Amino acid sequence: MLRFVQSVGASVIETIATIGRAGLMLAGALFALPTLQNMRLTIKQIYVVGVQSLLIIIVSGLFIGMVMALQGYTILVGYGAEGSLGPLVALSLLRELGPVVTALLFAGRAGSALTAEIGLMKATEQLSSLEMMAVDPLRRVVAPRFWAGVMSMPMLAIIFSAIGILGGYLVGVDWLGVDSGSYWSVMQASVEWNVDVMNGVIKSIVFALVVTWIAIFKGFDAVPTSEGISAATTQTVVYASLAVLGLDFILTALMFGIQ
Amino acid sequence: MNKAKAELLVGFFVLLTVAALMLLALRVANQNLSTEGETYTLYAKFDNIGSLRARSAVKVGGVTVGRVLSISLDEEDFSPVVKLSISSEHSGFPETSSVSVLTAGLLGEQYLGLQPGFSIDGIDNLGDGDYIQDTKSALVLEDLIGQFLFNDKGE
Amino acid sequence: MDTLVNINNMHFRRGSKTIYEDITLRVPKGKITAVMGPSGIGKTTLLRLIGGQLMPSQGDILFAGESIPKMSRKALYKTRRRMSMLFQSGALFTDMSVFDNVAFPLREHSQLNESLIETVVKLKLEAVGLRGAAHLMPSELSGGMARRAALARAIALDPDLIMYDEPFAGQDPISMGVLVKLIKSLNQALELTSIVVTHDVSEVLTIADHVYILANQKIIGEGTPQEIQQSDSELVQQFLNGKADGPVPFHYPSVSINDDFCGGGSC
Repeated sequence: MLRFVQSVGASVIETIATIGRAGLMLAGALFALPTLQNMRLTIKQIYVVGVQSLLIIIVSGLFIGMVMALQGYTILVGYGAEGSLGPLVALSLLRELGPVVTALLFAGRAGSALTAEIGLMKATEQLSSLEMMAVDPLRRVVAPRFWAGVMSMPMLAIIFSAIGILGGYLVGVDWLGVDSGSYWSVMQASVEWNVDVMNGVIKSIVFALVVTWIAIFKGFDAVPTSEGISAATTQTVVYASLAVLGLDFILTALMFGIQ
Repeated sequence: MNKAKAELLVGFFVLLTVAALMLLALRVANQNLSTEGETYTLYAKFDNIGSLRARSAVKVGGVTVGRVLSISLDEEDFSPVVKLSISSEHSGFPETSSVSVLTAGLLGEQYLGLQPGFSIDGIDNLGDGDYIQDTKSALVLEDLIGQFLFNDKGE
Repeated sequence: MDTLVNINNMHFRRGSKTIYEDITLRVPKGKITAVMGPSGIGKTTLLRLIGGQLMPSQGDILFAGESIPKMSRKALYKTRRRMSMLFQSGALFTDMSVFDNVAFPLREHSQLNESLIETVVKLKLEAVGLRGAAHLMPSELSGGMARRAALARAIALDPDLIMYDEPFAGQDPISMGVLVKLIKSLNQALELTSIVVTHDVSEVLTIADHVYILANQKIIGEGTPQEIQQSDSELVQQFLNGKADGPVPFHYPSVSINDDFCGGGSC
């Protein structure tokens, strides 16, 4: 019994210590002032986490938009309301699917890569060696990756939504025969820039902060062995995905739930 | 070499995002009205507003000129009061204007239709905070059916 | 004799495990000091303590008369520019070519222009015999070459102190010979102070000016290579001559094999 209480206490202490370390790391990364040289490193990392995720984002966005048009059409046509296909596709993409699916794909594609890269840099003593060269690894390694992730994900989410809406158009209008004018105009009548588009972008920025933070911290805090890094990579994907889904509920309730 | 290529592709990435944003702004979302820009407030008191909600559109002849800001209940005579926010571009509706709760199609959303009235000398225009006097309530399907049955019997 | 690094009565604990107990060690300026000891006693830890990456639980570490543990972060980073460390794995940045790796500390800390940096990098690479390999990526280098490239990077800023962490581990005899020669010649040519942490006894004894032997959390022997070889300590002799059993036991501490198999009873 006592041992159980002790183990509970130990895990609580360990959790709080982990959160503390993660917070310290984040603070170090956030306060790394953006210099010209840092800017170049950040651009390089946007290439790695953003541009290289572009293909999977475009393909997924296209297919999700197409599937939604297909599914939505079969239901809406029963009510003779296939004209509402536009807002159905657009609103679900902008409010939910765009930010959430992008964040999940980003966690799997870029987040795991960030964790593995930083974990390996730690394991091969590259981080130590930076420190010994009087270069702060938080500034040199962590900060550019963090900012690149935070900037890339909302951009990817916007592209995802736009491509999805085009995919919906492809299936709904070109294939199923919904009127092209009504697809756009009914969509335009019900999508609000300030509410739907902007809230989607805000969601995406929040997800970007959380996913990138988890990914980088897991790499930075990984046990520098092969098991440690593989465990950290898995944890990144699991924790980041769960955090995104949980936060999505909270944000949706705050943004759209209470009127 | 490699660095330049990466920077070029990041540039394309940014341009692609801008293009996507343009698509969202120009074709997907309506940002011409709503809360943007200068607006003024009007009030209208109804007997029944049906399923009108905050953010419903206010249209003149099908053109959206504003939105419903909020709906509340008058404390004295228990009738709903609708607060409208109308774009300042569309001002100068005469006091004789009427407003009615309309439905877009059979199953569509309800909106407010503003019918501009006569403009002759001695009649002021509606200004900020004015009440629109002439209002027509929403059609309630049950009332309509009841009325129809009643009339049928009377004949 | 001038000393560059002074370790005074230093204790270090990791969790509840004591790594060092009351260690006092001096590194004379311009000389090669070897720190030897069996694997797993934290020789690398000692270098990290000197580099300020770890803090001692007790005692003090002085670098050029200034206390490393008491330094502010800023002062520590400034001091670190005067020391450099050659990691066991080399720790080259895998996303840069050899040239950029060696240029890295120069670009970070010096205001030199690019053409001057190129000259310096080529000179440093020439010193380790890798000028021709400047364009290669670290993954294309053999282990010995990677270590030499890392050495070129370590001397890029002309530090006062260079710490070698197991420079000979896992090297074939030829690269080992090359590294031994490099450490010696760099020490003489650049008037470097060197600390070599290793368990390769015969190699290091040929170049070291002063030797410390660590075991059981303490310093068990010190002196010039001649003095060490003539030491009458059993422990030192076991280590130098590589005897399988002795004061450092062959068996990991456990109950006796009789107890383990028979549960303490007779059988």
